[in-house]
Amino acid sequence: MSEAILEIKDLWVIYKTDLETVAAVNGIDLRIGKGKTMGLVGETGAGKTTTALSILRLLPSNTGRILKGSIRFQGEDIMGMNEARIHAIRGDKIAMVFQDPMTSLNPVMTVGEQIAEAILLHNEGIKTAEVDRRVDDMLGMVGIQASRKGEYPHQFSGGMKQRVVIAMALACEPELLIADEPTTALDVTIQAQVLTMIKDLRDRLGTSMLMITHNLGIVAKICDDVAVMYAGEIVESGTVEDLFLGKRHHPYTDGLFGSIPSLTSRATRLTPIPGLMPDPSNLPKGCAFEERCAHRMEICLKQHPQKATEGTHSILCHLYGEKP
Amino acid sequence: METVAAVQFKKQSQTKEVWRRFRKSKGAVAGLLMLSVIVFLLVFADFIAPYAQATQQDLAIKLQGPSFGHILGTDAFGRDLFARIVHGGRTSLSIAVLATISSCILGSALGAIAGYFGGKVDSLIMRTLDIFMSIPDILFTMAVVFALGAGFINLLLALTLAYFTNYVRLVRSQVLNLAELDYVEAARAGGSGSTRIIITHILPNAMGVIIVNTTLNVAKIILYESTLSFLGLGMPPPAPEWGLLLADAREYMRVAPYLMFFPAMAIVLCATSVNLIGDGLRDALDPHLKS
Repeated sequence: MSEAILEIKDLWVIYKTDLETVAAVNGIDLRIGKGKTMGLVGETGAGKTTTALSILRLLPSNTGRILKGSIRFQGEDIMGMNEARIHAIRGDKIAMVFQDPMTSLNPVMTVGEQIAEAILLHNEGIKTAEVDRRVDDMLGMVGIQASRKGEYPHQFSGGMKQRVVIAMALACEPELLIADEPTTALDVTIQAQVLTMIKDLRDRLGTSMLMITHNLGIVAKICDDVAVMYAGEIVESGTVEDLFLGKRHHPYTDGLFGSIPSLTSRATRLTPIPGLMPDPSNLPKGCAFEERCAHRMEICLKQHPQKATEGTHSILCHLYGEKP
Repeated sequence: METVAAVQFKKQSQTKEVWRRFRKSKGAVAGLLMLSVIVFLLVFADFIAPYAQATQQDLAIKLQGPSFGHILGTDAFGRDLFARIVHGGRTSLSIAVLATISSCILGSALGAIAGYFGGKVDSLIMRTLDIFMSIPDILFTMAVVFALGAGFINLLLALTLAYFTNYVRLVRSQVLNLAELDYVEAARAGGSGSTRIIITHILPNAMGVIIVNTTLNVAKIILYESTLSFLGLGMPPPAPEWGLLLADAREYMRVAPYLMFFPAMAIVLCATSVNLIGDGLRDALDPHLKS
């Protein structure tokens, strides 16, 4: 196994309000190798974004709390860092691309100024000419003419805005890029363009990546490793080969694959997963997927399953309890 | 990778765009013209009507109606009314503008801090503000002027303290909305600190609302300041001031009504033009009306 750039161990995160406590992330382990891309898959509300925000310590301060666990970035404990250190890491070593490019750019600053801000923030005393050159470089890299840097975000289309957002994130050549559903808000043709671009840039800069998505196609296209999240837990993880070619799967992963339309089979209906995710403020004692599972057993109701690991592939399910 | 062909947008800066929409409103343009004339008169007051005419008494020509020598007539001490209005406007308008600016800066800063940090900081600022607001404005300013004495700086201070509360509430509500937006979150993820986020990302986006409120406030403060000097709490005599001119004219209302009419007109014109500009700016800066 290669050197890890990010290692999350037994992370528990809750959102606490006066009315209820929501268990958003429940004891996940995640490891991203240097230069590797990890896909984090799962449906809305599974805790993917919460995990990402925890890495940058950006959980909403009035409600979000990390109960326990550790997050280590390049061997350094993120939770123990002081404010100055975490500010220095955000944007410089770990950068994040948000889901909706329409709202992630400041409407009253030109795109050039916004990219320059990221550079200025982490390179004190840098010369103006040098900043200018790097802004031009970044725009060129994401395929936007440098002459457009004086324009405002409203003069760009959605796909172009997401390119700008990516240019901002990559401006300081971060070690780790967290992409939170970077293509969800774009239409399909632009999705492919942006994805190809992200992949090219990652390969060129050697950036490690955490790709949050609910699209298995994206995972197959650009990820090395995958973790499937369900109700705040990682129910299955492994390499892309483990997930797409392996024989044993968590029933939830099987369900995800069953929900993808196929070009080759003549089936006319998809087989969706019945039911909804359990209420995160009131999780069941046993397996969280029990209610929706086609293979449910007696034990699933009473006991939380253990992780069954075989090589790089691990599954959190009673089906594989003894021998995966 | 291919470079996406840049569609040539006509480059138009924010300011130009706002000006284009501002010009569409006839009232706003009229207000701007009117205010320009007033400001021109006030700035060049010394050449148009020397200050001596406004203070030098000449009882031989007291209470004369408008004539060629004194286009707006003279007051009970034979001083030229036009000169008194023009020089009074200098004090009135500069106090109004300065008080607006200082209350805007003080209020915006407090509002931004309260809205952005929330929690205990917010409670502390807002509860203190409640105390300020529970005292009627006029009583409050009177108390400040009584305590510190009349004068330019004290008047400025009194008006600032009476008006900054508006800005705190206005800016706080704006910041509460803006701080939730993705680009603020993105800036935080990019490593920006709180001060930087407030100054470069939040306040510029709240500027439209602040500017409009500021313009409308200038008009309010002009009236308010006149009220204070009418009550004798403004600048000490013999300095001319609009409110003071009105107060002095009261005694001669029956014999020389123009003494009351002209200063009142000055106040009305000034407040109206500033209000018209404020309305025009509000329409021009409102993104919902963008066409």
